[in-house]
Amino acid sequence: MKSRSRTVLLRSLALHAVIVPLALLWLLPIWMMIVFASMEDSAIFSAEVQLWPGDRFIENFHELQAELDFVRTIVVSVVVAVIYTAASVVLTSMAGWALARYRFHGRGLVVSIILGTMTLPYFVVVIPQFIMVARDFGLSNTWIALIVPPLFNSLGVLFMRQAFTMMPADLFDAARIDGVSEWQIFRHVALPLARPMLAALSIILFLHSWNNYLWPLLISNDRSMMTAPVALGSLFGLLDVSWGGVMVGSVLLTAPMLVVFIFMQRFFMAGITAGAVK
Amino acid sequence: MGSVSLEGVSKSFGAIKVIHGADLDIQDGEFVVFVGPSGCGKSTLLRMIAGLESISHGSLRIGDRLVTDVEPGDRGISMVFQSYALYPHMDVTENLSFGLRMNGNKAADTSERVRGAASVLQLDSLLARLPKQLSGGQRQRVAIGRSIVRKPQVFLFDEPLSNLDAELRVQMRVEIARLHHELGATMIYVTHDQTEAMTLADRIVVLRAGHIEQVGTPLALYTDPDNQFVAGFIGSPRMNFLTGEARGHVDGRQAVVLSGQGDAVVEVALSQPLPSGTPVSLGLRPEHAQVGSPGPGTFTTTIDVVEYLGATSYLYSGTTTKEPLIVARQGVHTDRAGDQVVVGVPPDKAILFAADGTRLR
Ligand SMILES: Nc1ncnc2c1ncn2[C@@H]1O[C@H](COP(=O)(O)OP(=O)(O)OP(=O)(O)O)[C@@H](O)[C@H]1O
Ligand SMILES: [Mg+2]
Repeated sequence: MKSRSRTVLLRSLALHAVIVPLALLWLLPIWMMIVFASMEDSAIFSAEVQLWPGDRFIENFHELQAELDFVRTIVVSVVVAVIYTAASVVLTSMAGWALARYRFHGRGLVVSIILGTMTLPYFVVVIPQFIMVARDFGLSNTWIALIVPPLFNSLGVLFMRQAFTMMPADLFDAARIDGVSEWQIFRHVALPLARPMLAALSIILFLHSWNNYLWPLLISNDRSMMTAPVALGSLFGLLDVSWGGVMVGSVLLTAPMLVVFIFMQRFFMAGITAGAVK
Repeated sequence: MGSVSLEGVSKSFGAIKVIHGADLDIQDGEFVVFVGPSGCGKSTLLRMIAGLESISHGSLRIGDRLVTDVEPGDRGISMVFQSYALYPHMDVTENLSFGLRMNGNKAADTSERVRGAASVLQLDSLLARLPKQLSGGQRQRVAIGRSIVRKPQVFLFDEPLSNLDAELRVQMRVEIARLHHELGATMIYVTHDQTEAMTLADRIVVLRAGHIEQVGTPLALYTDPDNQFVAGFIGSPRMNFLTGEARGHVDGRQAVVLSGQGDAVVEVALSQPLPSGTPVSLGLRPEHAQVGSPGPGTFTTTIDVVEYLGATSYLYSGTTTKEPLIVARQGVHTDRAGDQVVVGVPPDKAILFAADGTRLR
């Protein structure tokens, strides 16, 4: 018994001897981002590498804020991501529900088309989409242009369709027998049961919007409507960039995501693996 | 009130026809059981009565209302599923009251009905639990409770007990019988279980491949089946079928030569004489076969396997031939595999079938 527990201990030590350095290696860039965000530019580019944060975080932030109204771009990003996530969850879950639960003519075709769009590279779609939204509709630099075009989200539809398909149909039949309306079944039976999946999807969608670069870059070039990643990216072309400021911006963009992910991780894993094991 | 009547009801899934013009009249307050082999359409027929599957052709009446195209919630029925189908995220009270709440029933009346159902089914102490915190039997009681609170005219059950262990099944069977007695409502019940069918049913409906083969009381189906399929399906162990050939017909009795059993001759009551040489099948229930001494209407066979069940034993012979035979023997005896026994066919218990399986009376 004793020797057995010692083997287990040794094995776990050996395992950690490999895992811990790997984890640290992965965390290094994030750590260096924080370090650079709190140093003067001259220190960032000096030959000797600093591994410990300095004290210039606030100053760097002020420089960033002076160069472009970074707080405003964060607000734009948050508003876009929140509305996009909420609207997309509502739309994709309703579409997924309809495709999972109702038999109608052409259902298979609709599913294939949605699946088909996933095989198209985004870069094939984005130019025609841009021309349509910017030139034909004249919607550059508007909330609608930032939020609505990405809403069509085949991944979300298929994800929710799968979630609803896996639920036992007897539940919905029982509710129908109870005289519950289709809308109420969706609202009070299907959605509550899909909670882990909805949480996972929300995180994916929020991250998707928060990190989206290409579309906002194309559609909103006005300072007042820029999202934070686009605004930050716009600094790279300038000659006299405050790299400390850029790093502060990066920290501010990354931190909320890490926090969300750590808090929601449980849901996230539950949602992704739900149904894998009965 | 709670009568149910089907007229030429059929169902197709795409090109596949699953129910072929079913006609059936169920009286108010009757307990009707659907039985039949797997895939014969029992669930489909029940779900059509419930309104969960559309009716391709024909009409359905519940009470004096034509409900062929009425929504399930408006048919005055309720249904208990094999999977229980309890809402996993609601506790027992919420499960029981969900339908009523969603339909804007008065809160006072809802809680009154929930309390009533809970006390009938002894669920009072479980009201705050989630389904996953209940045993299988308790879950099934909640499912039944959920159907009671609707105060339906007709209860539908689709194999409600098949997920329970044997002991609990007996217990719940008695409970359902008691419920039927107390509520006096019409009940339609699908099962695989012979005992459930025989004990619960006022009438049994035997289905095969989407056709109703026979409708009758359990006793009628047992003693007087309309065809070979029903005869074989009702009763356990199943009826023996011995191949034979018609010979002479004297005094309302048809002589049959059992060609598979050493040409033993049995004289079975039959009103219409059969032409000599007509192939027939003689049905004999295991519990009617008599082990005894040689004489007219008997044959000798070798036992392959003996199953002792206590009060009864089953002797199996001819297990590898086309004509296996099971004989039920009461009481204590010393028969062993390999022994020869003489089996007598009581002429009054034997029934005859034509080659196509129809009953010869
Ligand atoms: N949605 C469907 N689409 C196509 N065929 C179906 C569908 N539902 C049932 N069937 C077919 O209808 C026939 C009857 O099915 P049903 O479920 O009514 O059988 P059952 O008598 O209840 O069987 P079991 O005793 O196994 O429950 C089967 O052959 C089945 O394959
Ligand atoms: Mg079935």
